[in-house]
Amino acid sequence: MPEAVKASGGALAVLGVAVVLLAGQPTWSQTQPQRRASEFSLANGMQVVVVPDRRAPVVTHVVWYRVGGADNIAGQSGLAHFLEHLMFKSTARLKTGELSNVVARLGGRDNAVTTHDATYYFQRLPKEHLQTAMTMEADRMRNLKLVDQEVATERQVVIQERRSVVDSKPLAILDELISASLYLNHPYRIPVIGWGPEIPKLSRELALEFYNRFYAPNNAILIVAGDVTEGEVRKLAQDTFGRVRPLVGLVRPPRPVEPPQLAARRVELRDPRAGTLSMQRFYIAPSYKTAEPGEAEAIDVLVTILGDGPTSRLYQQLVEERSVAANAGASYSGVALDGGTINVYAVAGDGVTQGALEQGIDAVLGQFIKEGPSQEELEQAKSSLIASYIYTADNQASLAQRYGANLVIGRTIADIEERPERLGRVSAADVKKAAAKYLNLQSSVTGFLIPTADANAAAAGEKRGEARR
Amino acid sequence: MIRPVHNVIAGCLAALAGMLAFGGSASATDVQHVRSPGGIAAWLVQERSLPIVTIRFAFDGGSAQEPMGKEGTAGLLAAMLDQGAGSLSGAAYQKRMETLAARVSFDSDRDFFFGSFETLTVNLGKSSELLKLAVNSPTLEPAALERTRAQFLARASLEAGDSNKLANAQWMAQSFPGHAYSRALSGTPDSIKAVTRDDLAAYRTRILAKRTLRVAAVGDIDADTLGKVLDDIFGDLPAEPQLATVADVAPVAVPKPVVVKFEGPQSVAIFGRQGVARSHPDHMAALVVTQILGGGTSEARLVQEVREKRGLAYWVYALLYNFKHASVLIGGVASPNEEVAKSLDLIRNEFKRLAEKGPSQQEVDSAKSFLIGSYVLNLDSNAKIAEQMLRSQLQGLGPDFIAQRKAGLERVTRADVIRVARSLLATEDLSVAIAGQPTSLSP
Repeated sequence: MPEAVKASGGALAVLGVAVVLLAGQPTWSQTQPQRRASEFSLANGMQVVVVPDRRAPVVTHVVWYRVGGADNIAGQSGLAHFLEHLMFKSTARLKTGELSNVVARLGGRDNAVTTHDATYYFQRLPKEHLQTAMTMEADRMRNLKLVDQEVATERQVVIQERRSVVDSKPLAILDELISASLYLNHPYRIPVIGWGPEIPKLSRELALEFYNRFYAPNNAILIVAGDVTEGEVRKLAQDTFGRVRPLVGLVRPPRPVEPPQLAARRVELRDPRAGTLSMQRFYIAPSYKTAEPGEAEAIDVLVTILGDGPTSRLYQQLVEERSVAANAGASYSGVALDGGTINVYAVAGDGVTQGALEQGIDAVLGQFIKEGPSQEELEQAKSSLIASYIYTADNQASLAQRYGANLVIGRTIADIEERPERLGRVSAADVKKAAAKYLNLQSSVTGFLIPTADANAAAAGEKRGEARR
Repeated sequence: MIRPVHNVIAGCLAALAGMLAFGGSASATDVQHVRSPGGIAAWLVQERSLPIVTIRFAFDGGSAQEPMGKEGTAGLLAAMLDQGAGSLSGAAYQKRMETLAARVSFDSDRDFFFGSFETLTVNLGKSSELLKLAVNSPTLEPAALERTRAQFLARASLEAGDSNKLANAQWMAQSFPGHAYSRALSGTPDSIKAVTRDDLAAYRTRILAKRTLRVAAVGDIDADTLGKVLDDIFGDLPAEPQLATVADVAPVAVPKPVVVKFEGPQSVAIFGRQGVARSHPDHMAALVVTQILGGGTSEARLVQEVREKRGLAYWVYALLYNFKHASVLIGGVASPNEEVAKSLDLIRNEFKRLAEKGPSQQEVDSAKSFLIGSYVLNLDSNAKIAEQMLRSQLQGLGPDFIAQRKAGLERVTRADVIRVARSLLATEDLSVAIAGQPTSLSP
């Protein structure tokens, strides 16, 4: 298939990767990847990474802390995320809300995110204001004050957040239930936002304790992407973050360890708001941090072939050929500290039962495990993944995200920027092996979201009635 | 996340995210006005640093042009155009797109039918051939239509379980009775089932025509090459569309909140009234008013009163939105069922306070500098620049839209803001739609 070869050759050539065409197949020869980001450390241990993107006079400034929801101790679920909210309250120098207000007045936007493994704070703003952002971010790294009344109000906001993003959405509820079954012991089983009954117990004291223990330059990574040079960032970082004292004896406590998984589990959620029957299956898999070299890339290729878009096997066989599903696909969540997951999902076609849907998925997976990918599928999937690596660079925030999310779990710039070559080295045998090893029901949870038909019809009828006033 | 990303502005307002702010640095882009040999106009920004070409385009159309009872036609057509065209079956088309690492997709809102195209520069010729096929000779294969219909039905039933979507749809329905804007944006189960292959073909023939085509291109391409590519893709379309007349319309005031019953601990309330047209001289001042009231910053009054001081919601906002034929000031909040009445009282009170007493000079300055300064964040990727250029054309602005917006916002004075707030923030005709089980709503 000459076109696939040309396309991957084209995609790779623009990345500066040498590709030798030999007998119609791309062969991976001596590769000299282009280096984009550079890094250095401050004397206090803070890691700094600069990612040039000079197309607009804008910078993305992000501080990542190596602490997240999976570092909360039992009974304090949601604490890391709660602290993230409280980080916008007053410090010795900043009034409550001032950081965001200053950023807004300068024409910027800011926000923060907590994951299981990390917490990060970012501002996107015109480049001439980078110093202001760094000064304020450095200030709240060690100088947070918390006032009881503000803590109490913000706790209400988080309770409402949980209701908006989880309790109002059946798929989000099912997702929580599946995670809680998938991990028998590891804290990835606990939602980052916290369990409903535990959020009200989060206090000012707990938040401050967590803050004092984990928020320090020697537990943080600074990412600056945009129209800046390494020299500029170095000077600004030394003048701001460089003045924050490191925390002596900072240790991230070891997390509970997942025991061997010996039995497939099932979760069924019945909800009048569900709409359509759907299935979500999650398998335990290694992450880019825990996998053997090349293994995570092979899983990425695997899920691309199985479930990325309308040409994928799941879509072709379940949606196009058999009409078992209205939609079907797969994804890999592989950028995590202690392990990843493979997700396979399908939305049932009209009148299709749970059993038929599951059998349909199992048939596609079973055949793939047995046969592995065709050479054409393999090359196509690799080419798509490499192209998406290129397209991501069009968005500065996504670019900064790519570096931060990987560096915070201990990967290196080389790991990130060698992605095209590493994907290129994945063989059909690697993919087949990954499928056999990780599409293993014994370490999986199969979840169903089931509409409760009667309640749904009744609610819909009522809706229409009321809407007419 | 400390603040919600505003995809909470669901349904009819989804396209708004990047459009609150105008003004900004003219150096960010250098817009060329291009006319192809065949007469197709386009705005182009050359950007050589990535080997990518991005093209966005639109035709007048949208769901407002769908026949009665066939709501969902535009969306179905958008989903069908890349599922088989020319001699390529759906699978072959998708495969070819994948092989070329090209991205071809279509979309529709209430007023326009959109296309989006991205390709690696090395594959420009072959990728644009694919786009040409989708635009000119989609096969609209019956089996593919049934699959797509099933997906739309699944989505519709999912949306029936989404309180934000329900409240937005209800607000549109009660505010524009009898008008195309009152109808379901992506169709109802019944209307989706009623759409035939002929309906799709007829809609395509009526809408995809050269006169209302607008094009924005960004990336590694020069004006001559772009002109040739555009002639090749669009040259064979009919010159004139056949558009049904859509009347300009103002939202109707509904005195009592309309409740759509929805299970769960929270109610979503959508509130709104007449806004300010983009062509109106007060439009910029109205943007500043809305920013002070409920823009996406923690300084906004609604955010302060409802969230920061009282913890009654995770998200609350208000914004100005311009449809092609209507302008609205619209906002929303998600609060506990027992407290949503209180949130709405606070919101009404903030409308009144801002209308009667006006904002401080500092609030005006702060809102203006946010609106002016943050615009550059809408222009920092090829895709975003193309999107802004397309939107600006659809709003009838010129290629100097960046400088014009900035100048327009800079001219806004506190006196302007006070004057516009007085009329824009009248609460007597504020209409409210709620999805949830609210208690103690005031009459």
